[in-house]
Amino acid sequence: MNAPLGYLAGQTAQRLIPAEPIVRLEKVSKTFPGRDGQPVTALQEINLAVPQGSILGVIGRSGAGKSTLIRLVNGLEKPTSGKVIVDGADIAALPEAALRHARRSIGMIFQHFNLLSSRTAAQNIALPLEVAGYDKAEIKTRVEELLALVGLTDKRNRYPSELSGGQKQRVGIARALATKPKVLLSDEATSALDPETTRSILDLLGRINDELGLTILLITHEMAVIRNIAREVAVIEGGRIVEQGDVFEVFTRPQHEVTRSFLADESGRALPPYVQGRLRPEAAPGSQAVIRIGFRGPHATDPVLARLARDLNIETNILSGSVDEIAGRPFGTLVVGVPEQSLATTLDFLNKHGLDTEVLGHVA
Amino acid sequence: MSPEMINLIASSTGETLYMVAVAALIATAFGLPLGVFLATSGKGELFAAPWVNRVLGVIVNATRSTPFIILVVAIIPFTRLIAGTSIGTNAAIVPLTIAATPFIARLIEGAIREVDQGLIEAARAFGASPLQIVGKVLIPEALPGIVLGLTLAVVSLLGFSAMVGAVGGGGLGDLGIRYGYQRFMPEMMLAVVVVLIVLVQAVQSIGDRLARNLNKRIRHA
Repeated sequence: MNAPLGYLAGQTAQRLIPAEPIVRLEKVSKTFPGRDGQPVTALQEINLAVPQGSILGVIGRSGAGKSTLIRLVNGLEKPTSGKVIVDGADIAALPEAALRHARRSIGMIFQHFNLLSSRTAAQNIALPLEVAGYDKAEIKTRVEELLALVGLTDKRNRYPSELSGGQKQRVGIARALATKPKVLLSDEATSALDPETTRSILDLLGRINDELGLTILLITHEMAVIRNIAREVAVIEGGRIVEQGDVFEVFTRPQHEVTRSFLADESGRALPPYVQGRLRPEAAPGSQAVIRIGFRGPHATDPVLARLARDLNIETNILSGSVDEIAGRPFGTLVVGVPEQSLATTLDFLNKHGLDTEVLGHVA
Repeated sequence: MSPEMINLIASSTGETLYMVAVAALIATAFGLPLGVFLATSGKGELFAAPWVNRVLGVIVNATRSTPFIILVVAIIPFTRLIAGTSIGTNAAIVPLTIAATPFIARLIEGAIREVDQGLIEAARAFGASPLQIVGKVLIPEALPGIVLGLTLAVVSLLGFSAMVGAVGGGGLGDLGIRYGYQRFMPEMMLAVVVVLIVLVQAVQSIGDRLARNLNKRIRHA
């Protein structure tokens, strides 16, 4: 059989048998006993599938339930109802000993790193291996590999107190990878780091996902984390997933208010204060309509406003704008003012060119 | 000071060191697991057993609130059972151990509770069993605090050991009372106090240094 046919056969097989997601939450709910006896619902009917080899980000404000969600995956929390399937096993139903064994294939990293202060970088990385009963020689080789992977070979004998935040998180990542897990859980892993260090940690996670094929499930409250690393996103609010899908789709066409609010924090999406203050819901004589135009993918760099002026003789007033990259694809946002009488024509023209539009209001 | 007096001081110091060392060792052997259990058996903790925890807590508090001199006399039958006699240095080790065990347990409980809960969570997340968490995470991380606690316990034992003269336990305290007080030898009393001061200083500085060297949380220059 020649190579092209083999390639095709492989493709067909892939299409016919979709890979079983490595992590699957089915109708998972979690309630905690409250202080006043009233149960507190942390999660409600969560359905979530993390495909093998993907990076899925869960974004939500604090208290939205994302911490509980990620702790269900390695059994640190048990669901009140529903199923948590990881690599074919129902985590919630496993007895203690089997659960401990299963946790070796689920690594976890933390916001505050959670390294032992009494152990050096190398000794911290060795800890899960000692616990799993590896022999000394194996531990030594594995720790060296991991130190090299995270770029800390020269810091192997440093204690956590002698390392920077970014270095500590690298040790945390190496420790999480020690027992060769299939899934990595990241609990706000970059929230205690500055933007530059965040970037380097995210790059490292991306590289690990790429090179080792490791599935990553991360929770965060930072839009930048999702934008830079995740391929899929779930937006969580009040214990429910309100929106989920491809990162680019979700963030260029946000449906839910919470999703929009995460985007509003981003530069270019926010209206300048002098416009915001004068924005009215109704048109008034002599007012201008304010519209937000979203440029996605291939249209992101089209000179549409120039064409609008040339072809229809409609002049627009640019109020704010930016071109960003979401999940590696360009995405532009422009907020413009147009004369009220040209609003319908303008919207029609923009939509015809494949752009997203949203009327934000009117300014006098 | 006569050579006899110096001999007396030397042999009494030896008795004190012997009683304190043996009592501290045995009390640590019992107090360490007890302290670890007290620190980890509360509601929702590693070895959750809230009722056992509460009962043990009451027993520990009761022992600690009994004045040492009363404890010494009260447990004489028990002492006889263990040591075969109720008088002498070996017999004195029994009440010393019983007084020190709950004290050490509480100090160790405190040190273990200081360990960041995040470390327990991390260890559970990579598949450690509760016993592995105690042995590989809690005790090593609490070690500087445990050493400081044990230092404090040894210093307290030096003080307690002065009272076991009441049951013929010997040691420096007994020497001070019998010679210094009852035989009107102030120089003997002074010598005893000086030796005790030196001992306490020595124990404290060794403990402090050890704890400092074990503590990796602080950057050493």
